[in-house]
Amino acid sequence: MSPQARKDTSEQAEFRSYCRDWLSQHDAGTPAVRLPQSAIEIMHREQLDYLRRWQGEAYAAGLIGCDYPVAEGGGGRKDCQRVANQEMARAGKPFLPNILGLGMAAPTLHFHAQPALKERLLPGLFSCSDIWCQGFSEPGAGSDLANVQTFAERKGDKWIINGHKVWTSLAHFADWMILLLRTDKSSKYDGLSYFVVPIKAALGKGVTVRPLIKITGETGFNEVFFDDLEISDDYRLDEVGKGWQVAQTTLLHERGAGPMVTPSSGRGSAKASAVGDAYGLIDLAKNSLRDGQCAADDPLLRDDIMQMIIRQEGSKQGARRAKVEGLCEHPMRIPLQAKLVMSEIRQDNAAVAIDILGAQSSLSINDDNAPAGGEWPLAYMNSYGITIAAGASEIQRNILGERILGMAKSK
Amino acid sequence: MTQAKNFAFGEDEKMLRDTARKFLQDNLPTDKLHQLVASDPDPYRESLCLWDQALWQQIVELGWTTVIVPEADGGMGMSLVALCALIEECGRVALPSPFMATANASLVLRECQTPIARHLLGEIAAGKTATLASTAQSGSWLAADCDVALVDGKLSGSAWFVQDARKVETFIVQANTAEGSALYAVPIGSAGLDVVADAIIDLTRDQAHIHFKGVPVSAAQLLSDDACAALESAEPALLTLLAADMCGAGEWQLQTTVEYMKVREQFGHPLGYFQALKHPLVNLMIMIDQAKSLTYNAACAIDSEPENAASFARMAKASASEMAAFASNRSIQFHGGIGFTWECFVHLYSKRQKHNQVLLGDAKYQRGKLANLLMGPVAA
Repeated sequence: MSPQARKDTSEQAEFRSYCRDWLSQHDAGTPAVRLPQSAIEIMHREQLDYLRRWQGEAYAAGLIGCDYPVAEGGGGRKDCQRVANQEMARAGKPFLPNILGLGMAAPTLHFHAQPALKERLLPGLFSCSDIWCQGFSEPGAGSDLANVQTFAERKGDKWIINGHKVWTSLAHFADWMILLLRTDKSSKYDGLSYFVVPIKAALGKGVTVRPLIKITGETGFNEVFFDDLEISDDYRLDEVGKGWQVAQTTLLHERGAGPMVTPSSGRGSAKASAVGDAYGLIDLAKNSLRDGQCAADDPLLRDDIMQMIIRQEGSKQGARRAKVEGLCEHPMRIPLQAKLVMSEIRQDNAAVAIDILGAQSSLSINDDNAPAGGEWPLAYMNSYGITIAAGASEIQRNILGERILGMAKSK
Repeated sequence: MTQAKNFAFGEDEKMLRDTARKFLQDNLPTDKLHQLVASDPDPYRESLCLWDQALWQQIVELGWTTVIVPEADGGMGMSLVALCALIEECGRVALPSPFMATANASLVLRECQTPIARHLLGEIAAGKTATLASTAQSGSWLAADCDVALVDGKLSGSAWFVQDARKVETFIVQANTAEGSALYAVPIGSAGLDVVADAIIDLTRDQAHIHFKGVPVSAAQLLSDDACAALESAEPALLTLLAADMCGAGEWQLQTTVEYMKVREQFGHPLGYFQALKHPLVNLMIMIDQAKSLTYNAACAIDSEPENAASFARMAKASASEMAAFASNRSIQFHGGIGFTWECFVHLYSKRQKHNQVLLGDAKYQRGKLANLLMGPVAA
């Protein structure tokens, strides 16, 4: 029995056994193309089609949206998404492509949308028939997110949208977008409202999506332009002027600190699974040479690897401790650290891997001689996506210093 | 065995810890501690052993010394996690007391499994104090390194870096014998003992080296005839307790410095407004949380996942030592000029942390040992 299984409620235990049966009988199949390292690096339609088929099957089997109400397309279970996630990871299944929908749009709809709207949109989000993206950042509103200027002007029961969103992952495939808009120019925070927009239906009719190319050479995120896009007021979440509060729900979940557990699955392939993981550095060192000697015998590399394993284990045990109220100084202290800590650990794991690989780390994923398929140097470059997105590490430190430690707000 | 739920920290453990926290905060606020241990700043003063013995008697009455003594030997037989929580509170107030030394002795005695060791555990549960005298002058942490020998029924040689030696009633002495290495219980007044106080930087502890000048010992004092096995088995728990003390002290260093960031103003803003000060304190908070999570994980693993105990304890001590160094550094620096003075309390904690860092090996030492456990030793 796995350590997690010992703590299951009877509902969880029964569900876990169901998940295991289904996962053991269900093969996601071998992808015909190289899979990216995460959903936000999906470039090609072939990659998306493979992953979206998998998400659809997992949803149909009841492994996605488990804790959402049945009326919203969910499983109506209690604390079972965590169980499904553990079992999908254990089974080494591919990751879920609709990550912005599952992690951000779904909890935001759940907590803030009118029943008719969420009942209409959530099933397609869970099944992956609708891909979702997030329209938050703008050229002038990155870390200072509340400075968004894309404007929605009210015309009867319609809104006319004009402006420019940026760093929009998956917009090139997206059907729907969550959108933070300015509805009042006289007030910074209270002048924001929150909408969902059928972006694909509006392509060429007020919406233009232009791909951006990342430092890795991959596409995957985009600029989105709005020119007099007209949408119904039915697509507004919560009240006009409450957009900033609604966005906090999105951001809390984006940082892994929200009440709804985000559905997640395993990794694309066995080869990629060790990439990003500190314990994977041990094997990497054992299979690498420094001046003809085993790199695992180099005392400085050994120390670097131990530092990473200690940080990673500390973060893992922190997630465990966060559930024990009596051992936490403040209930949000560990949850609000999660994104910051995880993203910096992944970046530093990749940096240590590059040190271990030495000259071999110069080889890209396009070189047949690259160790581990060149995934480690790629992971290093990609790691900046996580330390910058969803509030850069520096913003996370402001949030922690202010909300948890109570120090004065920085400007 | 498998991972326990919620670090085995339940209602009993929480009540014990909460009572301890309130008791210590009521009875040893930092200004009182400063009066107690830092009234004489002269670096050339006589090496004093300053602690509140009446407070210690109350601690005994609260039952702390019974916590990890098995029920069969007269204790409460609680988990190591419970002890860890108490030690964390001691670190939080930088308590001068024989509590950790006696707890360490108990943890080693638990491994001895002899009637004499079990009898002594019962006495400890009833309030007797003890400390380990098992370190060589070189400061080696290897159990096999010992400068005391048993010759013709008498102990001779010296034990070094003995913690809180002048607060306890009994020394647990390691001695090399013809067959190997043994542990003896030696009362402090024994003939031929010479306890020499070390002049140490940490004001909240005392430390000594002990010369054994033909101290006669009998079979009734023999706790174990395999000292190395007992010391090595207890080592993960000892590492974990040091880490717990550092976590408690580190939290005090963080909170105290954060409070100063709220009240001290420069350039028209409280210091916490400036990210050059705010961000390092957030980093410290993250390091404390990592160390604390690893500490409770280690304590829990020692009781329920013995196969992982050694590596988890090394992780905890490494993480806590790294954190303690950073906490001490930033807490002094961020108090500015006042932080450099004797009257500012932060130095008391910095000195205790430095002491905690080096005992049983600092962060680099632990990571070296951890690498041997996880990667295997370096090829010859």
